[in-house]
Amino acid sequence: MNRLNNLFNTKKDNLLSIYYTAGYPEIDTTLDIAEALEKAGADFLEIGFPYSDPVADGPIIQHSSEKSLENGMTLHLLFEQLKDLRKRVSIPVMLMGYFNPVIQYGVERFCKKAAEVGVDGIIVPDLPIYEYETLYASTFKDNNLSNIFMVTPQTSEERIRKIDELSNSFIYLLSSSTITGANLQMTNNIEDYYKRIKAMHLKNPTIFGFGIKDNATFKNACQYANGAIVGTAFVKLLGEDDYLEKIPGFVKSIRPISNA
Amino acid sequence: MNYGVNEQGYYGDFGGAYIPEMLYPNVEELRQQYLSIINDADFKAEFDQLLRDYVGRPSPLYHAKRYSERYGANIFFKREDLNHTGSHKINNAIGQILLAIRLGKKRIIAETGAGQHGVATATVCALKGIECVVYMGEIDMARQAPNVSRMKMLGAKVIPATSGSKTLKDATNEALRDWIGNPVDTHYIIGSAVGPYPYPDMVARFQSIISLEAKKQLKEQTGKELPEYVMACVGGGSNAIGMFYHFLDDETVKLIAVEAAGKGVNSGHSAATTALGREGVLHGSRTLLMQTDDGQVVEPYSISAGLDYPGIGPQHAFLHKAKRAQYVSVTDDEALQAGLLCSQLEGIIPAIETAHALAQLEKMKFKPDDNVVICISGRGDKDLDTYIKYFGY
Repeated sequence: MNRLNNLFNTKKDNLLSIYYTAGYPEIDTTLDIAEALEKAGADFLEIGFPYSDPVADGPIIQHSSEKSLENGMTLHLLFEQLKDLRKRVSIPVMLMGYFNPVIQYGVERFCKKAAEVGVDGIIVPDLPIYEYETLYASTFKDNNLSNIFMVTPQTSEERIRKIDELSNSFIYLLSSSTITGANLQMTNNIEDYYKRIKAMHLKNPTIFGFGIKDNATFKNACQYANGAIVGTAFVKLLGEDDYLEKIPGFVKSIRPISNA
Repeated sequence: MNYGVNEQGYYGDFGGAYIPEMLYPNVEELRQQYLSIINDADFKAEFDQLLRDYVGRPSPLYHAKRYSERYGANIFFKREDLNHTGSHKINNAIGQILLAIRLGKKRIIAETGAGQHGVATATVCALKGIECVVYMGEIDMARQAPNVSRMKMLGAKVIPATSGSKTLKDATNEALRDWIGNPVDTHYIIGSAVGPYPYPDMVARFQSIISLEAKKQLKEQTGKELPEYVMACVGGGSNAIGMFYHFLDDETVKLIAVEAAGKGVNSGHSAATTALGREGVLHGSRTLLMQTDDGQVVEPYSISAGLDYPGIGPQHAFLHKAKRAQYVSVTDDEALQAGLLCSQLEGIIPAIETAHALAQLEKMKFKPDDNVVICISGRGDKDLDTYIKYFGY
């Protein structure tokens, strides 16, 4: 059990997670942003660590990664910054990023360090199931870290079942097969996909991500899943002046207090 | 085959398919079908016929007399530069377009560095009447302008990659992003022996025609079954793996792969991956990769757009680690001088990529009876501007 499991045990609907890239727009506001998001009502967080070649990301998150790297962000520095995480933030926190920086840091060292600073889950989009299962699952487990897998509208039912079996916190549903930040067209196909997933009665909760940017897209996703993740829309806000002060208003625009 | 891929897509510790879930269905579809498609009699017949009548294969194995005199051995050029479109890239492009059609794909995307693979892909798309989009780094578009025009004339759309170093690595990123967004109707024709499994194996198989022919031609010309040396330049490594393929299990044959040292291996402006790289993951495979201690990919440099890549195909990473092939590097200057030498000794203006392999000859010690086969992977027409600027012609 970690904070993610506790969250999903106590709250089943309208869960809101926010993604942001550590080190963007400023190098040293990682915890300030996390704290502001918790105060504004976010249920859990994904803190991104940057990579030079983020193939699954659109221009906005790519830009945030580039800027973050220019600012000097490294995994080493991020873990330094997260030393005080649990003094300032109590909601579940996940780290999200590509696999190569993790390999260089050392997968085992990475997991240990993450557990030590109070991280609950890891999302590495380019770590495949086979490699996770055969090489790394026990390391994640030993450190009480949840590994979060993604599912797209093209993922087969058999594979979704396999992912459900390997998951122990939640499944990250991509609302369309696209890079981050693309406009989500609410087509019949996506509606069908939502329904198909719901009808599978998976053992893990599901959270939708990609394309969630306002209350309408959030509400729609929450009809079919336990909650949704906002990434690009929030990273865009971080590019504005006085971004810390705008966080409460942003969170409210996605999920007004009435349906929190 | 001792150095081939295993069922999980690995060559020793290298390879695999490190891809986000969004790409999984596309890559899985390929993995399940590529062998049965390319081993199908219909496919083989069409592939062979196009290689013969359209590409102009077999490409000659030419006994380069003046080179042989200069280097004191029998030097043979495997003339991939004489292929239609001017390089070995067409072999793989033909194979993959036939595969894409059999998978029911309606749209083709590709990345390109020097533009040779982009031109080859645009060519086969024109041949088959299929929409073609090529991603090319903005910097490469400038230094290989004639190839950009060729692709456009062939009906392809060329989209500049403006992120990162604006070269081959970034063009590959953009192509992968396109594929994520178009998972059903689009096939991605990767041009080098890189990418998630099954690409490295698939590209190697399509390029293996180079060594299949060379082996036979050498026998006809010399009576010998095997050469002493086989040499090729390597960026991602498609011409090299094609040139090595049918010699891999002949352990007496010394395989020499020549990387681009740029301004010098330790100058900070280099693309010599095996010298500078450590194990990592890029573009879907575990391989050797030029990177920082923090795991950020280092922007490579070479005067040759086709070798300007921070990684190397996973099979090459394995051949390097297993010491089956020797990986060396030559600088921009050495390559350009070799390009000039080849032009004036043999009347062949090679691509600057190829000139890297030729430059290595200067550093070799041969015995008089040694047979040396070197892959002339492409012709130098696209590089005239660079040569002209360098030599002041």
